Amino acid sequence: MTSESNVKWIGKNTIRPDGADKVTGRAAYAADATMPGMIWGKILRSPHPHARIRSIDTSKAEALPGVKAVMTSADFVEFPVDTPVPIGIQDMRWMSRNIMARDKVLFAGHPVAAVAATTEKIAEQALELIEVDYEVLPWVIDVEEAMKPDAPILHDHIRFEGKPSNIAGKLEHTLGDVEAGFAQADVVIERSFRTEPVHQGYIEPHACLVSVSDGKATVWSSSQGQFMVRGMCAHMTGLPQNDIRAIPAEIGGGFGGKTIVYLEPVALVLAMKSGRPVKMQMTREEVFRATGPTSGSVSKVKIGATKDGKIVAAEGTWWLQAGALPGAPIRGPVGCGFAPYDIPNVHTLGFDVVCNRSKVAAYRAPGSPIGAYAVECVMDEVAEALGIDPLELRLRNAAKEGTKAAYGPVFPRIGYEETVRAAMEHPHYRAPLGPNQGRGVASGYWFNAGGESSAQVNINEDGSVVVITGHPDIGGSRASTANITAELLGIDYRKVSVLIGDTSVIGFSNLTGGSRVTYASAMAVTESTREVINTLKARAAKIWGIDPEAVIWENGEARPAGENAGNFEPLTLAEIAAKANSTGGPIGAGKQLNAVGAEGGFGTHICDVEVDRELGIARVVRYTAFQDVGRAIHPAYVEGQIQGGAAQGIGWALNEEYIYDKNGKLDNASFLDYRMPVCSDLPMIEAVIIEVPNPKHPQGVRGVGEVPIVPPLAAVANAIYNALGIRFYSLPMSPPKILAALEQTERLAAE
Amino acid sequence: MAKMHVSTTINGEPTEFLCDATDTLLDALRGPLGLTGSKEGCATGDCGACSVTVDGRLTCSCLMLAAEAEGREIGTIEGLSQGGKLHPLQQKFLEMAALQCGICTPGFLVASKALLDRNLEPTETEVRYWLAGNLCRCTGYDKIVHAVLETAAEMRGASR
Ligand code: FES
Ligand code: FES
Repeated sequence: MTSESNVKWIGKNTIRPDGADKVTGRAAYAADATMPGMIWGKILRSPHPHARIRSIDTSKAEALPGVKAVMTSADFVEFPVDTPVPIGIQDMRWMSRNIMARDKVLFAGHPVAAVAATTEKIAEQALELIEVDYEVLPWVIDVEEAMKPDAPILHDHIRFEGKPSNIAGKLEHTLGDVEAGFAQADVVIERSFRTEPVHQGYIEPHACLVSVSDGKATVWSSSQGQFMVRGMCAHMTGLPQNDIRAIPAEIGGGFGGKTIVYLEPVALVLAMKSGRPVKMQMTREEVFRATGPTSGSVSKVKIGATKDGKIVAAEGTWWLQAGALPGAPIRGPVGCGFAPYDIPNVHTLGFDVVCNRSKVAAYRAPGSPIGAYAVECVMDEVAEALGIDPLELRLRNAAKEGTKAAYGPVFPRIGYEETVRAAMEHPHYRAPLGPNQGRGVASGYWFNAGGESSAQVNINEDGSVVVITGHPDIGGSRASTANITAELLGIDYRKVSVLIGDTSVIGFSNLTGGSRVTYASAMAVTESTREVINTLKARAAKIWGIDPEAVIWENGEARPAGENAGNFEPLTLAEIAAKANSTGGPIGAGKQLNAVGAEGGFGTHICDVEVDRELGIARVVRYTAFQDVGRAIHPAYVEGQIQGGAAQGIGWALNEEYIYDKNGKLDNASFLDYRMPVCSDLPMIEAVIIEVPNPKHPQGVRGVGEVPIVPPLAAVANAIYNALGIRFYSLPMSPPKILAALEQTERLAAE
Repeated sequence: MAKMHVSTTINGEPTEFLCDATDTLLDALRGPLGLTGSKEGCATGDCGACSVTVDGRLTCSCLMLAAEAEGREIGTIEGLSQGGKLHPLQQKFLEMAALQCGICTPGFLVASKALLDRNLEPTETEVRYWLAGNLCRCTGYDKIVHAVLETAAEMRGASR
């Protein structure tokens, strides 16, 4: 690691390499691309939550002047339901059926056919001419209803305990003996909770532009991974990967929701059929109806503690809606829920339950907020029952180096305790509260991820540097890459350009997701840069006619290692670059690796709310988030991740939810009715960065992006309890719910 | 249906374009005019990503017909920097990391400029309510509000 004393760029708030383009409107997002001869693709969607497709007649649509291609699932490769086809953490059996229905439609909004036409208007007209004969089936959208014995079954092939079922999967972790643990407890609290599906809410709707010529496809789209796009397009069409070039456009937010495809394979087939470039972009309504929210859930959590505040046993069960096809993020609550605590006896269980809603997609720390919501609310009640300060209770039970987590690992050096101590010592925790105000705290955990990353570092003839990585940059990761490269080379960060390569330019790189990009790409960039430095030293040695071992690299210059090496004037990067040709040719290095040792991240949040008793509105009036980030490479973007995650969690806690009508159709598919926090809803969000370096990373980085959405749900709920003396066991804690609870309390008091 | 012919001024430059009667101003900007800095996040007036000024007034271009631009002065994100020099708001957004993915940024900059054109001494609350029509899902608004307040303070200092 770079020694602290002479750190120049790591930890500095540099200007991001892509910044000017983004503030001038010049940055090219997926929907901004056009191509000569381009036509428009549109999708026909099911009006029914559940129906068998008897037949689809596209002949009238095809005959409409201006229509260039029509497609259905018959134009895709078919993946039989009994053979898994994994791609990353996804399975093509479900991906393919999600983006184009096969045999059955499984939710209102499920694609059944697509059209490409010379104008958007003609494409829309053509959709109306497609005749689909549906056999409407009974449907179920609620997770508890879906598990009842007489529930409509979505998939004939899914069996649970030998019977046809909507339970598609189960995950369980056990540590110690919970029965014995609860027997030792002085206080045992068990509660049930409910959450609704919430959407990632990226402001940029999904969009792509695909052109095919001579059997070679170019896919320009906004996603969290160009290699994922290429892989899924190849699977769906049967094209070999070398015939697909996936170019990552700038991406307008993803939060997990763009780790899978919806449009690209459809546009690719339409482009192949029509011979024209095809552009597709979703409307906001389509985004809400047919792209993944995260799961709604029901859960039950039980915690037992002794009088002195030691948690002796904990049990949690989570039932998560997967939506139409298997894949709810049960790993999140089951693995992360109790991870902040050192508990000897733990049992966690999760169920993946299908129902007639749009298939869930990853959303920031998938599933973990749902886990922490239940666990951290019960922790608050345990603290109250024991008469112990809620942060003190967390501190007494904090996981630390050597703690065995119920999901398997023994933690190395982690920074959870530090987040709790920092919260206890922060002025926020002692600040007086006003009338109708309350304070709540909660903690949270996310695994973080490593995985495949590739990087290429090239020295230009004038000594400036180009770095290419393979991960779409959503939140400023190019700035972190520039900081690290500049630091290692000892040059000004403005001399470093950072680009995101497309699939034919850079080696395989996994998704931007799991809080992995700065972590993993920093490793690939560091290794590449170190190799470049070795080359630079070798070139200097050649110029001086000495042994490469006798050269050191310092402050952007090659110097003789000591007196014995000889007496030479230092050579700068620019000077060596200028002589590259005569000393052996161009200088550059690329590394590809599978990053391991991501190590988890912890956060602890303090939330103050003020409740308007007349209107039932809970407003967050002060918020402070403490997080161990390992090492903040670019502190402002680290803070930004923490603030943005907290804001999303606050929205989840207070207002956001998918509301269905009695016909099983989403009733609030717009930003007006799906209420995300706006600027006037929030206070400043203070992010307190704690740095307990990750021992397994060259710069000490831990993932940052996901942890901050984990604690807010419970922090807000606990604050509302503190303000009103009323506990809410379901989300969102929206004005009607708070008002109803207040009225009920008044009624009971009056009686 | 025959296209309509519209004469307007965009970012100070006389401009003509053809559109359908039902096209929004956002459609015209992003389509025939190639000004893709204005973004479409919703097309229903709820996200502010398409913010422009019309005769100095902050407007969602997705809610206005393209034909209504006739004879007006339209201001878009592309007109914010002058002669290759960033507007103080643009500079401050970069320095203070007030953007992450950046899709909302053009809308926030256009809206913030419209605020500072009227009021160079906004309070935090005034900034928050003025920007309440612009959604940002990445930042939690914190750094955006700070950047606008800082820019206002600097511009006040400079004009003194
Ligand atoms: S696109 Fe105009 S307000 Fe959202
Ligand atoms: S920066 Fe991504 S929506 Fe605002």
